[in-house]
Amino acid sequence: MTHATATVDLMRPPFPAEPGSGVYSNKLGMWVFLASDVMFFTALIGTYIILRFGVSQPWAHPNAVLNVPLTAFNTFLLICSSVSMVKAFAAISQGDQRGLKLWLLITILAGASFVSVQVVEYIKLVGHGFTPAGFREGSTLAEHAVSDPVKYGAATAGLYGSTFFTMTGFHGFHVTCGVISMTYLYFTKVLPGKYSRQDYRGIETIGLYWHFVDLVWIILFTIVYLI
Amino acid sequence: METTQHKLPNYMLIWLYLFVLTAAEVLFAFEMPISQLAKIVCLLVLAVVKALLVALFFMHLKFERWRLRVVFMIPLPLAAILVLAVITEKLW
Repeated sequence: MTHATATVDLMRPPFPAEPGSGVYSNKLGMWVFLASDVMFFTALIGTYIILRFGVSQPWAHPNAVLNVPLTAFNTFLLICSSVSMVKAFAAISQGDQRGLKLWLLITILAGASFVSVQVVEYIKLVGHGFTPAGFREGSTLAEHAVSDPVKYGAATAGLYGSTFFTMTGFHGFHVTCGVISMTYLYFTKVLPGKYSRQDYRGIETIGLYWHFVDLVWIILFTIVYLI
Repeated sequence: METTQHKLPNYMLIWLYLFVLTAAEVLFAFEMPISQLAKIVCLLVLAVVKALLVALFFMHLKFERWRLRVVFMIPLPLAAILVLAVITEKLW
């Protein structure tokens, strides 16, 4: 029996698997959802690419309008939360309840901090005059756009505002849903000790979602903030 | 037990790679005196490498069965077709 336990493959716990797929239904369901979410974000990012590179007028330099250092910090925060999520998974896959509680709490806090920083970023951007409809009349950005229409992409500000807030807003919505789901799991399953080395399906499934949200942000950060 | 523990990747090493690559991206974007096209290509390559690291090691795709990997890989060519189709329409 000891030998049999020792050779269990931690990546493939002996949960009841769906016939044919070889994985349990929660995990398969999450993967299918993530596949559909790839198409959802492709539509958003694709629209941005077409609009940005399709218009003949200049587009604003990201550095001129957005706070790139703040978002770079936020990216770092989300990457850290992805690592803490996978550490929570690794902990419970080895039966470490304390590790699971600690790492999942860190993940929730880092995720909530990401959303908070994004809210602060939005408030500052709107305060400077960058809204989903473009540069607000009479704002600092609108004045800059008049003096340097190329750098600030004065003619395409409306397109920039609507695509920027749609993409980052939907991503922020995903992060918020993840934080809420993890908090729910934390209080209903993790704290009462309902996960074990034999059954940690909920942690693996929410982990997949969380890493995907991190993956999408990696692409969004590059395309929206750096290019 | 020891054999099973080896199946878990070194997550902190992946974190370090992701951190270094993110710093490299910011440097490429704002400090490198290279053309806009070269910059875009470099940044996209770095982003894809980072996304692959997350998918392969954090989402454990490297250790999954092929039939599950296919579920995630199917939308990728569809996504490429979607974007290329709209770009082609713009070019015409």
